[in-house]
Amino acid sequence: MIEFKNIRKSFADKTVIQDVSAVFKSGQCNLIIGSSGSGKTVLQKCLVGLFDPDSGSILYDKKDFTNMDHKAKKEIRKEIGMLFQGSALFDSQTVEQNVKFPLDMFTSDNHSAKMKRVNEVLERVNLVGSNKKFPSELSGGMKKRVALARAVVLNPKYLFCDEPNSGLDPQTSLVIDKLIKELTDEYNITTVINTHDMNSVMEIGDYILYMYQGEKEWEGTNKEIIFSKNQRLNEFIFASDFLRDAKEMRMLEETGKIPNDRDIDKMTSDDAKPLA
Amino acid sequence: MKFIKDIGQYVMMLKGMFSRPENGKMYWKEFMHQCSDIGIGSLGIVVIISVFIGAVSTLQTAYQLVSPLIPLSTIAQIVRDTVILEFAPTLTCIVLAGVVGSKIASELGNMRVSEQIDALEIMGINTKSYLVMPKILAGLLMIPFLVVLSMALGIWGGRLAGDLTGIIPHDAFDKGLREGFLPYNVFFSLAKSYTFAFIIASVPAYYGYHVQGGALEIGKASTKAVVVSCILLLFSDYILSALLLGKG
Repeated sequence: MIEFKNIRKSFADKTVIQDVSAVFKSGQCNLIIGSSGSGKTVLQKCLVGLFDPDSGSILYDKKDFTNMDHKAKKEIRKEIGMLFQGSALFDSQTVEQNVKFPLDMFTSDNHSAKMKRVNEVLERVNLVGSNKKFPSELSGGMKKRVALARAVVLNPKYLFCDEPNSGLDPQTSLVIDKLIKELTDEYNITTVINTHDMNSVMEIGDYILYMYQGEKEWEGTNKEIIFSKNQRLNEFIFASDFLRDAKEMRMLEETGKIPNDRDIDKMTSDDAKPLA
Repeated sequence: MKFIKDIGQYVMMLKGMFSRPENGKMYWKEFMHQCSDIGIGSLGIVVIISVFIGAVSTLQTAYQLVSPLIPLSTIAQIVRDTVILEFAPTLTCIVLAGVVGSKIASELGNMRVSEQIDALEIMGINTKSYLVMPKILAGLLMIPFLVVLSMALGIWGGRLAGDLTGIIPHDAFDKGLREGFLPYNVFFSLAKSYTFAFIIASVPAYYGYHVQGGALEIGKASTKAVVVSCILLLFSDYILSALLLGKG
């Protein structure tokens, strides 16, 4: 569980985050949503320690991350996996080497044990047979999956994803979302996702924090978001006629006025295997 | 103000490098990789410039020594001392500032812009220590080696040019090489090469590590790194010459 209270962060005279508090529970996909410049990336960077907040506290399973010494922070960071917007794969290393890197750095396992784990996670993200490819030879979706494999190879307790679907087509986005959701459930990870992808919000948003101009504007689940009366949230998330129609349809489904036979919960990442 | 900020950040970067490695084996691997990149990667250009510098030195020295009273072996002495004192360390290092410096700055800049450095930080790795220190240590090990090689090749290039053009036969050249040799000159040259090596590796590492923005900024940082390194090389060349060769 990650709990943060009254986080405030400024750059020069500009306050980017103002007194934001929330609790991200384990085993859930916690989404931070908001338009560009709303402060969601800065908030996530504060949470992982890439930025120091000006005030407020961040607790990782009740341990105060903000006031920890450098050594204790390093220990927490070893339990964090992060999927970056641009994947952040090491260009000069193959897929296998990228995924193996955290194992090489932090474990004393022998080579075969490491390779077994690498192949396990690559299989988990449907990337069997891509071990020797370099990042430049991969598609955007494949890069994200390699980055996800690298992020979870050490079985992290906390997984952060910054815009995991940016630059991906809707179907590949769904694959990534499903993968993140499955891994979160499987390993009981506290997952924090920055996104403005409407599909992600509706499909995997166990908890949603909506940021508006650096402040917390709304919080709730993906069921509650349908019925939210928050005007800013509705303008942001149901921006097009199509999405507004979809919202009304979902409202009717949720209230039982029309049947929901889409069975989306039974979809797995395997459904999109041919795309890879 | 920016200059003072840069110096402060540079010192902080150097200070931040000293921490216990997360995994010594991985640091060693990175160090060896950098040794190969800096040393083997620059070998070709060092060989070419050294041989030609020596050859041109012989031709130009012979051109200027017109008096028949000066023995031919003097050409070899002049070539030897110029190559050892100035050409091998300074010219080689200026070329290396371009070759190695731009590579270091663009490599780190690209890692910064594509969030690879952030990815390492989040894993709990001290990136200053893992990315910058191996480059500086590899520079300190390999660049003096390259300078020594450059000295040998420069002198050999001079000897070859003298022989090929008939300006000075190789036995006269060899005789000149043995006359009035001061081992202190080699010490001076190595002192310079260690200083230059530190500049060549650390200054571009600083500019690359602190890139902000995109691809354009990587290019700018790379250019700035090379320019600043070259200026610092020439400045430290003067200071070291004044300190170590100055009379009185």
